Amino acid sequence: MSYHLETAEHPERLRRVAIDPVSRVEGHGKVTLLFDEANKVQQVRLHIVEFRGFEKFIQGRPYWEVPVMVQRLCGICPVSHHLAASKAMDHIVGARRLTPTAEKIRRLMHYGQILQSHALHFFHLCSPDLLFGFDSEVGKRNIVGVAEKHPETARRGVLIRKFGQEAIRITAGKRIHGTGAIPGGVNKSLSVAERDLLLKDAYQIVGWCRDAVHLARELHETDPALYNSFGIFRSHTMSLVGPDGAMDLYDGRLRARDDQGGIYFDNVAQADYAKLIQEEVKPWSYMKFPYFRALGNEQGWYKVGPLARVQNCDSIPTPLADAERREFIDYAGGTPMHAALGYHWTRMIEMLHAAETIKDLLHDPDLLGGDLMVTGPRGSEGVGMIEAPRGTLIHHYQVDENDLVTMCNLIVSTTHNNQAMNEAIRHVARRYLYGREVTEGLLNHVEVAIRAYDPCLSCATHALGKMPLTVELRDPDGTLVHSLSRN
Amino acid sequence: MSVAPFVVLACGNPSRGDDAIGPALLARLATWLDEEGLADAFELIEDFQFQIEHALDLKDRCAALFIDAGEHTPAPFALCPVDAHAPPSHSTHAISPAAVLAVYHRVVKAPVPTCDTLCVCGESFELGDGLSPAAAAYIEAAWPALQSWCREAVCAGTENEKA
Repeated sequence: MSYHLETAEHPERLRRVAIDPVSRVEGHGKVTLLFDEANKVQQVRLHIVEFRGFEKFIQGRPYWEVPVMVQRLCGICPVSHHLAASKAMDHIVGARRLTPTAEKIRRLMHYGQILQSHALHFFHLCSPDLLFGFDSEVGKRNIVGVAEKHPETARRGVLIRKFGQEAIRITAGKRIHGTGAIPGGVNKSLSVAERDLLLKDAYQIVGWCRDAVHLARELHETDPALYNSFGIFRSHTMSLVGPDGAMDLYDGRLRARDDQGGIYFDNVAQADYAKLIQEEVKPWSYMKFPYFRALGNEQGWYKVGPLARVQNCDSIPTPLADAERREFIDYAGGTPMHAALGYHWTRMIEMLHAAETIKDLLHDPDLLGGDLMVTGPRGSEGVGMIEAPRGTLIHHYQVDENDLVTMCNLIVSTTHNNQAMNEAIRHVARRYLYGREVTEGLLNHVEVAIRAYDPCLSCATHALGKMPLTVELRDPDGTLVHSLSRN
Repeated sequence: MSVAPFVVLACGNPSRGDDAIGPALLARLATWLDEEGLADAFELIEDFQFQIEHALDLKDRCAALFIDAGEHTPAPFALCPVDAHAPPSHSTHAISPAAVLAVYHRVVKAPVPTCDTLCVCGESFELGDGLSPAAAAYIEAAWPALQSWCREAVCAGTENEKA
């Protein structure tokens, strides 16, 4: 299957522009644009180097090692992988229902992860674009520029993220390579001192998160023509929801809506995900393209993540975030918002929900309990699903009688959004690049559309000295005509 | 609560080949500091990458050292001051030590500690690989320099206290 601008008829006759790697997203990606002689864009593709074999890497490992090993999938959301793997392995050890203490400790860890990840993304990866403009001076369009012009915004971003990291450190045992969640439960609860350490800042964090929602909303209201249409892509949406239809980022059953907001499927058990979702391989990308089986690969793509979740649920179970959700729904005017920049507003609503949830959990005495583990009849297969910061994260394992993993399948949030991101940048290319000379500011529009999805490209490697961004323009025969670098 | 006067921050993913250089050096340093009776003077922080919140880890320190693997950087290693005036990079999934320092400067608004970077050259960063032979040799070359940095930091701190 090919979509408009996915594959040009005669790519050999076109001029090639590569944005390599995409800056200010997690990991590395590349955008290629093919232009004809009249500077009209004919093909746009987002290429992502995905896990590079992590599923094979896990095979042959003892199942109890997996929740720790998978944290190395990603340097920015290791906790999501840690918890999804732990949830999958709960089925292996027969832990059908965790103790209240174990589940609440895991929830505290997870909402800490949501908080810190969303804070990093909004305040430091995207706010330079949103506060200065997509075409602003590139030298200022970074976190240091934000700190200089909007010092309080930058300071709050750092402190909100730090608070989330502290929640992770306290529940997981340390900042990274944590072992807090284990198959069947957790290995520690909170001490009174640890609880009080978080509690003293929790109310301030809630207040700052609420301010951040208002900042995101004001940005929309200031320029609705841009925010309501930029990178728009109508599609289905999917997320977990709780048993009452409320937002639940830690657990629940799958729900999907169509592009008009009607329920497409609901109340689907996590273990049945493979009955609903199929992954398509395209020859030009390492990353697969998932779609709903019943709709096929022409109609079945969908979005996940904050924009999907906030519109997929019936309510949010914390009062301030739910009030903001209703404001967002009202703003959208009764039909779902599909514009890419809507992710920022909804991401901030989720950040507020995470802060409220953490604050509420800290008042729950179960966090201090000592009943940490359960076991039951041994299983051989487990699916663990969680709503990670970027969307639905699926871990699926089979384990043999020697406790070794024999099969591992991972579908990460960024993979769910693969088609959506490609369509978003095609929309932007049509609107902003068609028939025009390519400039850094215009290319940044493409990147802004990608960054809205907060893609995590799973490359937890980084090294000093790597070139952050190179843009190459090539003739149809591949000859380099012009090169731009942001370094 | 008082903090240790010196902090060493190392980043890298142990499952991705030579990206493990930072964590490997930090683990070795922890053992050595214990043996030398210096452990209380240092806080050691390991992470997958340097990020904005590490600016807060610099607060109230006398000196800080960032350790990281480098690609296409001088071999076997380079130990040099962090240039707080370096232009901030467009980060992908991490920020540079210079950007951490810049965030500190803007957000914390307190005197900036002495900050250095120990960048050890790596060659292979593939998932599932161990350290390359070259990286293992470069770690050996960098180790005396790391020990010296710690000793000198403690000496300088002691002299400052006397003054």
